[in-house]
Amino acid sequence: MAELSNAPAPTPDQLVDIYRRMIRIERNDDAIRKTIRLGRLVMPYYSARGQEVIPATLSSLMTDDDKICTIYRGIHDMVAKDMPLRPLWAEIAGRVDGTCKGKGGPMHLTHPESGVMVTTGIVGSSMPIANGLAWAAKLDGSRRVTIAYFGDGASNIGAFHESLNLASVWKLPVIFVCQNNGFAEHTRYENGTSVDFIAKRAIGYGMPGHTVDGNDPLAMFAAAHEAISRARDGEGPTLLECKTFRFHGHVLGDDDKYMTKEEKAAAIAKDPLPAFKAWLVEQGHATDESLAAMQATIEAEIEDAQEFGLASPLPSVDELRRDVFAQEIPA
Amino acid sequence: MSAKKMNSLQAVNAALHQAMADDDKVIVLGEDIADREGGGVTGATAGLSTKFGDDRVKSTPISEQAIIGAAIGAALAGYKPVAEIMLMNFTAVAMDMIFNHAAKLRFMSGGQSTVPITIRTLTGAGWQTAGQHADHLEGWFAHTAGIKVVAPSNPVDYKGLLLSCIQDPDPCIFIESAGSLFIPAEVPDDLAPIPLGKARVVQEGTDVTIISWSSQVIRCQQALAPLAEAGISVELIDLRTVSPWDKEAVLASVAKTGRAVIAHEAVRHFGPGGEIASTIAEELFGQLKAPVRRLGAPYSPVPFAKVLEDAYIVSPERVVETVKALMA
Repeated sequence: MAELSNAPAPTPDQLVDIYRRMIRIERNDDAIRKTIRLGRLVMPYYSARGQEVIPATLSSLMTDDDKICTIYRGIHDMVAKDMPLRPLWAEIAGRVDGTCKGKGGPMHLTHPESGVMVTTGIVGSSMPIANGLAWAAKLDGSRRVTIAYFGDGASNIGAFHESLNLASVWKLPVIFVCQNNGFAEHTRYENGTSVDFIAKRAIGYGMPGHTVDGNDPLAMFAAAHEAISRARDGEGPTLLECKTFRFHGHVLGDDDKYMTKEEKAAAIAKDPLPAFKAWLVEQGHATDESLAAMQATIEAEIEDAQEFGLASPLPSVDELRRDVFAQEIPA
Repeated sequence: MSAKKMNSLQAVNAALHQAMADDDKVIVLGEDIADREGGGVTGATAGLSTKFGDDRVKSTPISEQAIIGAAIGAALAGYKPVAEIMLMNFTAVAMDMIFNHAAKLRFMSGGQSTVPITIRTLTGAGWQTAGQHADHLEGWFAHTAGIKVVAPSNPVDYKGLLLSCIQDPDPCIFIESAGSLFIPAEVPDDLAPIPLGKARVVQEGTDVTIISWSSQVIRCQQALAPLAEAGISVELIDLRTVSPWDKEAVLASVAKTGRAVIAHEAVRHFGPGGEIASTIAEELFGQLKAPVRRLGAPYSPVPFAKVLEDAYIVSPERVVETVKALMA
């Protein structure tokens, strides 16, 4: 694995911005889980609680013009990219004001204005499409970058290997971000993956690969800065393996039979949110009061989005004939 | 108006040159397609990379998922990619990208995403390429909501329909079939795009309607003279677009003749002919003079041995026999 170069240290504003994105993800996830438990949302939910640092840090270095392709466990990636929450909530509730008019749902949320180009329910399929977005950036002569998010399980599917090879041969401005939470659905990492570090696979495709503590904002910032700069400067793709943990299993309701209670508790004890918050205050980058005010603003935004989404009308059945093709299918 | 005599592969090449010259958003990718690699295994993309540059015309690794994925991504960013999947059987390798993504992103995003890609792919029996290089799989794609399936039979339609596919806002699969590639015809230089979803009446007639597409149209055309000699007036319809298909033209013709035969190179069992036959039966039940008949390949992989391959393909003789039996 290549050594990280000396990326500039994040400014206090950047650090607080990363925390803002993290707490927005965490509060939103909490609200979704509570609403599902109350029976007011009916949806399959793949919580990314615990994985906040990864997209929060990467998004802090991206512009609205930069693109992401993500997966079914990807609402944190969208929230980090500052996707507005009203259409997000309306979509997961299956309503007309949803970003996809209620036709995609939580596994296919799309919001091109925020750069959320594709959300796929198929393991590994964010990567081939991210390459095309990156190819377009090159053809446009633009410096924009594309991130493909995926999990550790996706590094074992063919699409990963085809995509990394093509991105390298074509020197595409794309970053492959593996959020390695230690489990591919229910299968423990080492029982399904041939190497101890996914980043090692980058060697086989002629690109830099780094394994990073995905729960450490400073380590993530350095890795993200290097990979994004490299892509913007036309030097080609990078594979980032960000080690993390998912607090709520594969899908909400999962009883986590495939790990011990102790193991899970130990991983949850490393929750990056309270630790980063305390560090920001300790370093003098923020105060308890300023962060509480930030959180209150975010909670109000989420509450508003939730009310908006759940109050939005249901789609008309005519929608089945719309958006199949550009032209509506006759009744 | 000037015209050139050309075969269907040359017509594809002419359409690609014209589309790339007319619209700089048109880009082309696929295995071996650039001139450095010989301009495509059939020469269909010859000259494009030299004329339009290596950025817009890209040879790829043998990675069908990566090819279609790159086409989808570029389309989401405003380009009109034409991806070549060398042979139709290889679309199986890229089926997740085609079926789960290209076809569905518009619907799943509520209309925010458009995927105006064209997938050109070659297939067809007759060259003894056996079980993994010759299947007519239009039924797979026609069964997928969100993708258009185009299957021309002659050089004019190859050029005019490919021009339409490239400019169409939806994903299109464009089938280039062995049996129809090398029959030359005059193709106008300034040919207008031919609209998708519109059939062509190859020959008008009053006794029986034959509905076909792609290479099978050629074999149906070869049946026309013997049938005329037998005193049977045949209306031959070339569907040209398998999905969405020209229901109006087919129903109008069968309403007139009262008899229908659907002939395709694809396997008959659960083949696209079933959809057309059942639509005719539903819409024209009282007007039919005979049961609707379907001709297609047997329920078998494409074979190697010439004698088996000949038996696999629906021959002009079988078309003649079937029509005669229907009139008896």
